[in-house]
Amino acid sequence: MCVQNASIPKAAAPGDMIACPECDALLRAVPLGPTERARCPRCGSLLVSPRVRSFLQVVALAFTALILMMAAVFFPFLGIAAHGLSHESSVIEVALAFSDGWLAPLSVAVLAVIVGLPMLRFCAIIYVLWPLANGRPAWPKARAAFRLAEGLTPWSMAEIFIVGTAVALVKIGGLATISIGPAFWAFCGLVIVTTLKNAFMSRWSIWAALERS
Amino acid sequence: MTAPGIIGAHEAGLTGCTLCGHVAPAGTRHCARCGARLHPVDLRSLQRVWAWWLAGLICYVPANLYPMLRTSTLVGTQTNTIAGGALELAEHGSWVVAAIVFIASIMIPIGKFAAIAYLSLAVARERGPGGHRQLRLYEVVDFIGRWSMIDVFVVAILSSLVQLGFVASIHPGPAAVAFAMSVAFTMLSAQSFDSRLIWRVPAVPSSAASGRAVPGEAQPADAGPKPSIS
Repeated sequence: MCVQNASIPKAAAPGDMIACPECDALLRAVPLGPTERARCPRCGSLLVSPRVRSFLQVVALAFTALILMMAAVFFPFLGIAAHGLSHESSVIEVALAFSDGWLAPLSVAVLAVIVGLPMLRFCAIIYVLWPLANGRPAWPKARAAFRLAEGLTPWSMAEIFIVGTAVALVKIGGLATISIGPAFWAFCGLVIVTTLKNAFMSRWSIWAALERS
Repeated sequence: MTAPGIIGAHEAGLTGCTLCGHVAPAGTRHCARCGARLHPVDLRSLQRVWAWWLAGLICYVPANLYPMLRTSTLVGTQTNTIAGGALELAEHGSWVVAAIVFIASIMIPIGKFAAIAYLSLAVARERGPGGHRQLRLYEVVDFIGRWSMIDVFVVAILSSLVQLGFVASIHPGPAAVAFAMSVAFTMLSAQSFDSRLIWRVPAVPSSAASGRAVPGEAQPADAGPKPSIS
């Protein structure tokens, strides 16, 4: 049900239409059942994802991710031992590897993309969805918070960090004894929970709910 | 390429929100639904793409020339550039990891520069809608760009973990900063690329545009294509 003619949009209210964010195709929004999804007929990108999972489940997963992140930050991450010498480092120490000299800004950036921005994103999602999940009106600035959460998505690099860890372990695996600390497993759990949360989150219904409230 | 009967919001005198899909009349500054800034479909947005692209390319040069890692062991000090690290892994026989590092830190960055340049040049030539092939390419570039950060994380992990005094210690080199900046700039370049330009129809009055004005050819609004629902 898309708009055919350039003269029709003046008759139809713009609220009934959506423009595909990827290709700008002008389409008419139709109400969907809870398990239905809508794709753009032109470029095939997903416009409306199924919203079987409620907002509450997304909130729960975001809380889980926050707790796992705490564990990942404060428990030991990796340990190394060779020739009677040993060393342990936490995730914070990994980020601070660049802290001497003029490489220091990179430490801040690494800390941000693996710990800071993901946590900010979880907090923003909880802030937006907690009142909606309880059937209350959205808290002030909820739209700005959800825009922030959406904008941060490409800059949250926890899953890339885990793959980087695997590469690093292979590089030094043969030269020293490596011990894997609880923070490593917490990080792995975090990646899984984050993926589930992203899959359960129906952006379209969140924007629609924010518009209603 | 384009499915019949589908027009872009900008052709109907409207602006679509690139974040939430809400439609507003052209010239509206902010989306009424999500509050994001609205960007009209305009070739001028390519300037930002090229600016970030160039910044990324400039940073990519020192990222390859300077050492990424400095390893001090009992027998001496050794430095590794990005390509050197991948080669060394391959010599040790860890083919899979060598391939991951090679793809993530050499093939993906170069491929990204080429792909973004190709897309920007292709949409600027205004040959009409470019279609699915270009959109796939853009999606791949947009998705894969972040994964180049693997190399920076590997350097961070190695240099924080391997601190065994005189036996072995690893320190990061200046290339790590240059490489991280290059990755960030190319991510920004890919994000500034407006994928709606791929589907943009040239502004000249074409036969398709005039054909739509012919009475009788216009169909009722709900007879046209709708979002494919599954």
